Order: sequence, then structure tokens, then C-alpha cells
Amino acid sequence: MRPRLPEPAPRARVRWSERLEPYLYLAPSLALLAIFTFYPIVRSIYLSLFLTDPLGRPRVFLGLQHYANALSSTFLQSMGVTLLFVLYTVPVGLILGFVLALLAHQPLKGTRIFQLIFSSPLAISAAIGSTIWVMLLNPVSGMVNYLLGLVGIAPIHWLTDPRWALLSVGMVSIWLRLGFNFVLMLSGLQNVPDELLEAAVVDGAGFWAKTRYVTLPMISPTLFFAAVVGVIHAFQVFAEIEIMTAGGPSDATNTVVYRIYQVAFRQYEFGSASAQAILLFIVMVVLTYIQFRLGERRVHYQ
Amino acid sequence: MSLAARLNRLLLYVALTVAAVIIVFPILYAVSISLMPPAEVNTFPPRFVPSTPNWANYADVARTVPVGRYLLNSLVVSAAVTLGQIATASLSGYAFAFLRFPGRAALFALFMSTMMVPWEVTLIPNYLTIRSLRLLDSYPGLILPFLATAFGTFLLRQFFLQIPRELEDAARIDGCGRFRFFWSIALPLARPGLLTLGAYTFLNTWNQYLWPLLVTNTRLMRTVQIGVRFLMNEEGMQYHRIMAGVVLCMLPALVILLWGQRYLVRGLMAGGIKG
Repeated sequence: MRPRLPEPAPRARVRWSERLEPYLYLAPSLALLAIFTFYPIVRSIYLSLFLTDPLGRPRVFLGLQHYANALSSTFLQSMGVTLLFVLYTVPVGLILGFVLALLAHQPLKGTRIFQLIFSSPLAISAAIGSTIWVMLLNPVSGMVNYLLGLVGIAPIHWLTDPRWALLSVGMVSIWLRLGFNFVLMLSGLQNVPDELLEAAVVDGAGFWAKTRYVTLPMISPTLFFAAVVGVIHAFQVFAEIEIMTAGGPSDATNTVVYRIYQVAFRQYEFGSASAQAILLFIVMVVLTYIQFRLGERRVHYQ
Repeated sequence: MSLAARLNRLLLYVALTVAAVIIVFPILYAVSISLMPPAEVNTFPPRFVPSTPNWANYADVARTVPVGRYLLNSLVVSAAVTLGQIATASLSGYAFAFLRFPGRAALFALFMSTMMVPWEVTLIPNYLTIRSLRLLDSYPGLILPFLATAFGTFLLRQFFLQIPRELEDAARIDGCGRFRFFWSIALPLARPGLLTLGAYTFLNTWNQYLWPLLVTNTRLMRTVQIGVRFLMNEEGMQYHRIMAGVVLCMLPALVILLWGQRYLVRGLMAGGIKG
């Protein structure tokens, strides 16, 4: 090690190798991001303006034709399915996560075990969870229909009835996501200062008043974060649909992401699929922006 | 304790137990089916537990399906992506936190802007890139696109920023070079950050679905998730064997959850945006 002055030497005397050094730290990340993120974004936009051949080479310049086609096709129906899926899964998932966290946060013996059980879906991947649920939801031999039959409910064709398919996939998705929501809310609750809750009790607040007027405002930033992340996640649901319904029956679960996958990798129309991916991105940005506009005002930050 | 308080506590335990049973039921039921003799599966009424555990299901599924290979593939890919991300992100995170250089703010903004872009937008070009490099059905094809992320850089930058700058000044007075400070002082101090990024990246990569589905065609290159997906095609309706495969495939993640929950939770909270 050669001795150095604590202050950097005057600019002129800094050697070029030293000026170059910071960029060497950045080089690996920058190179990989350039190849696998920046360039693909540009190329997606470029491809979306062309008719492409099955090898993904642009052939005929179409301008915005792909976008216009998408907006006058069943793309909008897929967007509707996606929004419905978000609506089915996100609010219920947040409420369940919050209620479970409240239950498991009470000072009782054995709550650690319940906390571990409630977070267990975290370790279940979408592919594994979906496979298990395909078995459970089997209309003939499945456990769910059997248990419902015990209370007199006729068998339901969960994954093949267009009225039920999206709800069924949503239910599985909520279960898969429950571990995440629970863990998030629980750490939110653990950060609520005890003095605040004790002060509320001294002022005569019962459990409900305490929850409504102290806990809920205090963890509203966590709720907001979970909502934003949950919407983005629900927009991108793929494995559950690919495994359980493959977009069917009669497109009842054909979300935008699944549709993009079909167009790109089953029909090899990369240009059209790129245009739809960009439209999806725009919708997601707009929705996230709206959430921030609506949410930020109601969220209580300390 | 008053009667009301006891009743409250009892109700709470009942609610906790009911919720726990519902949540964990699919997992336990999968384990139970995986141990059933074939004759007890698909009976009516369905059985909850096997009369005697039939371990042969595991041997059967291991004989017809390369479960070990799936697990190995997932392990190799997840470990490589995790180590790669820790390496690239610690270097770039350190640069953004500690070094001053022209263009720093602009480069940082460029990094951050990619966090909003969902993978659907980069998916098709990346697939075309990997295919044109003839890397389909290979480990590099599964690993390369995920070796650097803006999220990892951002996360580790936040950890490096917590290290006092005076420490660097002191080290440099003592003759410690830049890289040596990074390697033997800053990195060890940022250990919780590295573990957080590591746990999060490992689980995320382990659970990846769409990318390995696209870039693997041969059976021996499948990751665990893709292997599970094809179990249903390959084993027909033989749920006892499918579930034996499923249980083998979900064990590693369950172990990781038990072992690294603390880091996982931190990573999930920091990284949920890209979840």
C-alpha cells in the first residue's frame, strides 16, 4: 500500500486510472443492464412498429397499426379479465393479510407457531401451488367439492365453468400471496409503538376503537405499499393461469400477460405481442400513478 | 383472569386454529396424498390420510421423472444468479454510495428508471437475444439475463450509505486503497444487505416460471418449476406420484423459509415492487 493524502490531490494531478476507477465498479452492472434491459426496451418499441417474421426479424413497417389492431380486438376483453382479476384478488388478499396479522400479533402463547404457519405459502411457488389446487379443485375426486358436498352444495366445475374459472384462479392466487401479505402486515404491526396503544387503552378505547383509530392509521403506509405491489403482481399473473386453465374456458381467464405469451410464443407474432406488452406497461404506469394520487392523501406518514 | 378475558382468549385461539388449518391444509394434503397407496387415491369419499405410508411413490416418481436433475438445475441457476447479483450489485451500489465521478446522478437516474419496467416488455427481445446466441437449453441462457438488476444496486447502495464516511477517510489515512476498503471493510459491514439481497434473489429465481418455460425445451434442462408443470402431463392422473414429485420440489424452499425468514422478509419488503 502506498501512503496517500486524506484529501484528493488537485485535479490536474489525479491520474487517469484513478478517474476511471468508479466506472470500473459500474461496468459489470452497466454492461448487463444495457444488454438485457435498456436494449430490449428500445427493441420492443422498434419491433412493435413492424410486421415480424417467425424468427423475430422486422419485415414490413406498420407504424402504429399493431396498437390500433390491439385496441379494436379481443385485447380489450383480456384487459377486462385482467382488471377483474386484480379486483377479485387484491382487496381480499389485503384484508385477509391484515386480519391474520392482527390475530397473530396478540400477546398469546404459541403465536410464533401460528406466524410460521400463516407465512408458509411464501415457500410455495406458483407452479407447485397451482398443481396442488388442480387436484383439490377436481370436480369429481377433489377434496373441495367433497367438503362442500357435506353441507349440501352441488359439485362445481371450478376450472372449466366460465363463471367460476377466474374466481378459482383468483382464490388460488390469494392463497399463494397470503404469506407475503401476512408477513408484510405483521412487520407493520410490530412497528406500531406500544405507548400509543397503551395510551388509547387508558383513554378507554376497546379493541375495535384501538384498531380503527390507532393501528389502522399507523400501518396505512404498509397497507398502501401492499396495495401498490399487489396490483402490479396481479397484473402479471402467469403461472397459475398457464397451469390451471390455459386461458380458458372460452377466454374467461385469458389475461393480458397470458395473451401476450400466446401471441409471441404460440403464434410467433413478435411485433404484435411487443405492441401489446407496451400497452400493458402504459396501463400499469397509469394505474400506479392513480393509486399514488388517491393513496398518498389517505396514508398517514409519521 | 376474568371470565370475559378467558372467553376472548379462547375465541382468539379458535380463530387462529381455523385460519391455520385452512392455510396449511393444501400443503399437508399434498404430503398425505404423496404417501398414499395408489388404491386409496381417487376413492369416494376421498381419504384424508393414508392407511399406511407408502414411500414407494417417491421411488416411483424418482425413477420416471428426473427430479434430482430438476433440483440440481434450479440450484445451479439460483445460486449463480444470486452470486452474480451480489457481485454486480455490491460493486455498483458501492460506487453510487461512496465514489464521486462525473455523470453519477444521471447514471443513477438511468438505473432507477428501469425499476418501473415490467418483464413483459423485455421478455421478447431477451428471448430473441438468447436464441440468437444459441443459448436456449443451457445454463447461461437461464442465468445471464438476471445477473444484474437496478433493484439490487439500489438495495445495496442503501446499505452502503449507512457506513460512516469518516471510516473511509480514516482507512485511507492509514494507507488503505479504494478497492481494499471496499473489499475488507465496506463489504463485511454491509453483510445484512448482502444476505437480504441473496435470500430474496435466490427465492425469486428458484420460483421463476415464464423464462425457464420459454428457454428450456429438453427435459434435462428443466428447472423444478417447469418439471412440476409437466408432472401432470407425464404422470397422467396418478396424483400420488404427482404429489410425491411436488413434495420433493417444495422441500428446499420450505427449508429456506424456516432458515432465512428474517432476511427474506426484509428483502420482500424492500423488493416487493419487482415481485
